[in-house]
Amino acid sequence: MSTARIRAHRRLQAFRIAVFVLLGLFFVVPLGSMAAYSIRVPGGGRTLEFWKQLGQDPDLRGAIVTSLELAFLTVALMLVLLVPTMIWVRLRVLWMSRVVEFLCLLPLTIPAIVLVVGLKGVYAWVTYFFGDSSLTLTFAYVVLVLPYAYRSIDAGLASIDVITLSEAARSLGANWFTVITRIVVPNIGSALLSAAFISVALVLGEFTLASLLNYNNLQVVINLLGKSDSQTSVAASLASLIFAFVLLVMLSFVGRRRSARRATIVIAPAPQPMKEG
Amino acid sequence: MSRGVRRLAPALGLVPFFGYLTIFLIIPTIAVVVGAFVEKDQASLSNIKALGDNVVLRTLWHSIVLSAESAIIGAVLGALLAYAVVTGKPDGLLRRTVTSACGVLAQFGGVTLAFAFIATLGFSGVVTEAGRDVFGIDLFGSGWLFGLKGLTLVYTYFQIPLMVIVFLPSLDGMRVQWREAAESLGATTWQFWRYVAGPLLLPAFLGSTLLLFANAFAAYATAAALVSQGSPILPLLIRNALTSEIVLGQSHLAFALALDMIVVVVIVMTLYALLLRRTSRWLR
Repeated sequence: MSTARIRAHRRLQAFRIAVFVLLGLFFVVPLGSMAAYSIRVPGGGRTLEFWKQLGQDPDLRGAIVTSLELAFLTVALMLVLLVPTMIWVRLRVLWMSRVVEFLCLLPLTIPAIVLVVGLKGVYAWVTYFFGDSSLTLTFAYVVLVLPYAYRSIDAGLASIDVITLSEAARSLGANWFTVITRIVVPNIGSALLSAAFISVALVLGEFTLASLLNYNNLQVVINLLGKSDSQTSVAASLASLIFAFVLLVMLSFVGRRRSARRATIVIAPAPQPMKEG
Repeated sequence: MSRGVRRLAPALGLVPFFGYLTIFLIIPTIAVVVGAFVEKDQASLSNIKALGDNVVLRTLWHSIVLSAESAIIGAVLGALLAYAVVTGKPDGLLRRTVTSACGVLAQFGGVTLAFAFIATLGFSGVVTEAGRDVFGIDLFGSGWLFGLKGLTLVYTYFQIPLMVIVFLPSLDGMRVQWREAAESLGATTWQFWRYVAGPLLLPAFLGSTLLLFANAFAAYATAAALVSQGSPILPLLIRNALTSEIVLGQSHLAFALALDMIVVVVIVMTLYALLLRRTSRWLR
């Protein structure tokens, strides 16, 4: 290597270290501050008092349960709605695949704050039929998680030969229901798992729809709590954040295992729009 | 059975899916567009006219400035971070850690993010107090964190990781051979970036910036948790219009404002799609 090359290399290394350290600080400091804020005592000292509050505050406990129930119901409804549809599209109605894809990715381009304006009218009917429960948010959340779930499941289906599998099963006498539930679904397990993970993470962090449709979920209650007891609310935020972190890191491992088998893109859980490759 | 029926019959399996999306996605979207042209149960242009009101225009302008600032800062810093990542080992631990962290942090928003910054730079935030006690400087100021400047800073927190995710593939598409070819022809580093890499990456960079713009423009939860007084940006004005019956003398203003947002997002995303088509020609 010439001296000029070596100098350029050193300069690059210095640049990289500077970028990692400075941006690393920018990302770590707020998280560290949250942790420090949630355990400090005014005037000095530390306490875990506010973390204990998480399990004791009745509103917060109720909200945690509601949000977990919402996460579960959303995943269940999303899977029931999306999985058979997507398999069916690949098997029998391929000419509709562009339309289905377009509809699934559409929520990415419609901001939640816009959707909620239109949903107000629909929710008047939902309340009429299902009662005024926070759990009715499930219906809207399924739409919200649709693009992310679609991407995961689509990648899963692309990695197996759905047609051949189903033809084999059909020729052995399986009906369509058996093909979907016992042949295809077991083969896209990791894709379904990652769809479920990202859905849970999104539902647990959802605020816009719940607060503007006047329902209580975890984030709404944390936000309310912030006005009266800021330290407990910060502890709750950090707890929900850590939970989502763990879920999404697990997701990135599930995604990597699949992409190792097939050299495609990893499903980055990011709000990318519809046209990307 | 005729051929047409045989072709269409399997499509019946899609009825539940389309039915569901009609109710919870299509109807709400149409309701927004139609609702913008209705006032007191009658067709009316008064809500659309109200969009020309000074308050609305100023709020829209704030939204655009906030989105543009956070998009540009996020794009530049995100691109630097992405470059720092690509120049490392392709399968190194560093790269895997950064991309995973970015995947998570790009999703990080809303109440939690707002509270993180309140715990950091709020009146009794950890960094604010450290600044006060140790350095004797007042970082809180007059509460800038809860205004547009604060929102720009807080939005940057999810914009940078998003930029890394969307820009990394383009940087990966750059070939070492291009650099070598340029060098063997006697190009300096500056010339390489100015005449080769720059022009190649520019469409991808601008496209990603537009995506970041749309992302910030659509964000609501973070701002809602951070700003409890006033409505400096469009999503918060929609909140105001939804929670109080009448704003600017209009009962359907929320619909018109939402339509306003759709128009901006559609324009930005169309530009994005056009740029992306240009990008994909070179960087595969």
